[in-house]
Amino acid sequence: MLAEIGWFALVMAFGLSVYATLGGAWGGARGRPALVASARNACLLVFPFLTISVGALVYSLLRLDFSLAYVADVSSRAMSNFLRVTALWGGQQGSLLFWAWLMSAYLAAVMLRRWDGDRDQLPYVIAVATLTMAFFVGVVLFISNPFARLWHNPMTQEIVSAVFRPAGGMPYAAQDGGGLNPLLRHFGMIGHPPTTYLGFTGFVVPYAFGIAALLTGKAGDDAWIRSTRRWTLFAWAFLSLGLILGGRWAYDVLGWGGFWGWDPVENAMLMPWLTATAFLHSVMIQERRGMLKIWNLILIVLTYALALFGTFITRTGVVGSVHAFARSALGPAFFVFIGVTFLGSMGVLFRRWKDLRGEHELESAVSREGVFLLQNLLFLAITFAVFWGTVFPLLSELATGTKITVGPPYFKQVTGPLFAGLLFLMGFAPLIAWRKQGLRTLGKAAVVPVLGSLAVAAIWGWAHRMHPASIFALWMVSLVLLLVLYEFWKGIQARVRSHGEPPWTAALRLVGRNRRRYGGYVVHLGVLMIALGFVGDTYFKQETQGTLAAGERLTIGEYSLEFQDLQSYPGSDGREIVEASARLYRGDKQVADLHPRRDFFVVQEQPVTVPAVYSTFEQDVYVLLVGWEPIGFQSTTFKIYLNPLINWAWLGGGVLIVGVLIAGWPTRATASELTYQLRPRLARTPAVGGG
Amino acid sequence: MDRKPLLVAAWLLAAVLIVAAASAQEGGEDYPTDDDVNRVAKNLYCPVCPNTPLDVCETKACEDWRAQIRDQLAAGWTEERVIAYFVEQYGERVLAEPRRKGFTSLVWILPLIAISLGLTGLGRVMRDWRRTRRSDKAPDETLKSSPALPPDVLDRIERELKEIS
Repeated sequence: MLAEIGWFALVMAFGLSVYATLGGAWGGARGRPALVASARNACLLVFPFLTISVGALVYSLLRLDFSLAYVADVSSRAMSNFLRVTALWGGQQGSLLFWAWLMSAYLAAVMLRRWDGDRDQLPYVIAVATLTMAFFVGVVLFISNPFARLWHNPMTQEIVSAVFRPAGGMPYAAQDGGGLNPLLRHFGMIGHPPTTYLGFTGFVVPYAFGIAALLTGKAGDDAWIRSTRRWTLFAWAFLSLGLILGGRWAYDVLGWGGFWGWDPVENAMLMPWLTATAFLHSVMIQERRGMLKIWNLILIVLTYALALFGTFITRTGVVGSVHAFARSALGPAFFVFIGVTFLGSMGVLFRRWKDLRGEHELESAVSREGVFLLQNLLFLAITFAVFWGTVFPLLSELATGTKITVGPPYFKQVTGPLFAGLLFLMGFAPLIAWRKQGLRTLGKAAVVPVLGSLAVAAIWGWAHRMHPASIFALWMVSLVLLLVLYEFWKGIQARVRSHGEPPWTAALRLVGRNRRRYGGYVVHLGVLMIALGFVGDTYFKQETQGTLAAGERLTIGEYSLEFQDLQSYPGSDGREIVEASARLYRGDKQVADLHPRRDFFVVQEQPVTVPAVYSTFEQDVYVLLVGWEPIGFQSTTFKIYLNPLINWAWLGGGVLIVGVLIAGWPTRATASELTYQLRPRLARTPAVGGG
Repeated sequence: MDRKPLLVAAWLLAAVLIVAAASAQEGGEDYPTDDDVNRVAKNLYCPVCPNTPLDVCETKACEDWRAQIRDQLAAGWTEERVIAYFVEQYGERVLAEPRRKGFTSLVWILPLIAISLGLTGLGRVMRDWRRTRRSDKAPDETLKSSPALPPDVLDRIERELKEIS
């Protein structure tokens, strides 16, 4: 019964989305305010209806309604309530519904904002945004429905899943469900997927505003950028958070001692982040100098298309093989929709090309504009390299029949230098003035940080002379760090001198009065800390593996691990656990008792290696239980990774989020943007030619 | 020019390298260790476990591959020979790093082309912008002429500039 309600709510949400798309477009083109108001209401209503759907599915997952194919697939009796709820996004059907639901929440919030200033944009924002909404709800409804039931055909002894009773089918309920993929049975399940999805779906807001501005011929002024700045920042923050939490999760669960493996699924997430980051920066040029209008639209279209592509790649299984593509209608549907979104948006952009000429031209290559352009190019180059490396295995499968591997060495070698270039720009760009920057004054401004960083690098280089390649990277990080800090210091000094404030007050006021700028610099500090984590991972990581009998030791760096014993016991959630006890020594001093484990999920026949980690600011000692003598547990094989500086990456993630909060925190002047109204006055919507 | 010192240096270098290579190959009595095996396995992917390098893969098949690598290393094979063996047996897909020749060289070349095209394009755009700007300028306008800003704004800018520097 509940499933039927969920299904019906889905049908309603689909109908409303389609209606809102058509009503928005028609009402806008013909200047019918009543129709636009009605489309807006329809768009608002999608959210409650999808909430009912999500609620029905979550309830079914919790109460283990195994007559539903999706529940039988991802939920199980052994799973805790927490995991049963998170199973909402643990499989294809549920995660697509979840995706649609989050997007509908964004759209509802957008609909409730005050549309006083840009009422003429509303119809097209509705039309563009609900078109995507309709696509996703349509996919959930027609192709990948989480409310499909299991049916047993007594004639053929087959069990099929379908929403409606197939001919000769008898209702069927499984005894127990398969349950979530063991790797997903982790606390991180509450963090990484929802934040990632909030990031992906959030970009629908700037995208819809951008396209609406194009359609109404208003893309020439930057109103669409100003009104979506916070939305973009919000989505970007969640995407960043999703990336960081994903890295942390991989580190805790996947058991290969690292946090970023250039896996296609990771790459699919990184690409929209890269273009969105480029977008966040290059809109500043448009706001300040009226330049790059076309470019910014291209960037937001690209970001949105890549967010869709990310969902496509993770949800259709096309990564595994091109042959997965045609297995259901999902792949082709996504493929067509992404194509339509991208080409359609580009087509609209093309028609408005002439209106979008910049108000200013570049005056000098050495200027903030010039640096931003170079930065944009680097971001796009990285995006392209990542994209190319991600799809190349599929292309090679199509072209030659063999799917080759494009592993981390490719990505590191190609994107490493580009990322380094970006870091340098991050350090120097704030020193470079808009319009034109004299090289001599730039040199003067940078001399202190450059000298300071050389000194730091010299010390660092001496300390790490076994790893000469790292010296450059460490110099780079310290240089950029000093440049960013120098920027703060200069601002504080100016306030101390001109306002006579004590330094702490000056620092707080400096940041408080220029939130966007200094929030941005705080984000840069976070990025630097993450970069330091990558430097550690690239240059200083050590690993060793060895088989130990009880009492024997395995040494890595200044640490050694002494094996005590090994025991096996049944765990919760249908697991057989083998757990080792070992003592970790630093020099002669014992610093920790470690218990690396191997959990074997019996039903799924899948092992999960759970690392034991001894964590300090300097480094992590990451211990894996790799194997053991099955008879008598006489000897055990451990693998130990020494991961220096890795904790800076997680800390940097936190700093990054703080920076975004500072940059996005409303001031009194912008507080009105945050008021909402249920019933706006839309009476005087002027008719706008549809372009 | 006297080439003798150069020649001597080259010989010395070669000798050092050979000794280093030999000691790395043998690496003590219990060669190959797990670390030796993992060093080779890091460069390989088995065909059935997508996106998991061989040195960390947990499946039985990958365990067997690692055992095979150990046997081959113990039999005195070089690391290159072991890798070449797996490529011959299972195709190029086992390599973590695509080769820089044949069809797979495309994966390396295209990003380079894209980056150089991007840089060229960027350079051209910048040049064009500056050129149109120059030709747009009225002939009497020079850089020394004061910009069209109201005097109070100019004053404020001056003041703030002083504050900052």
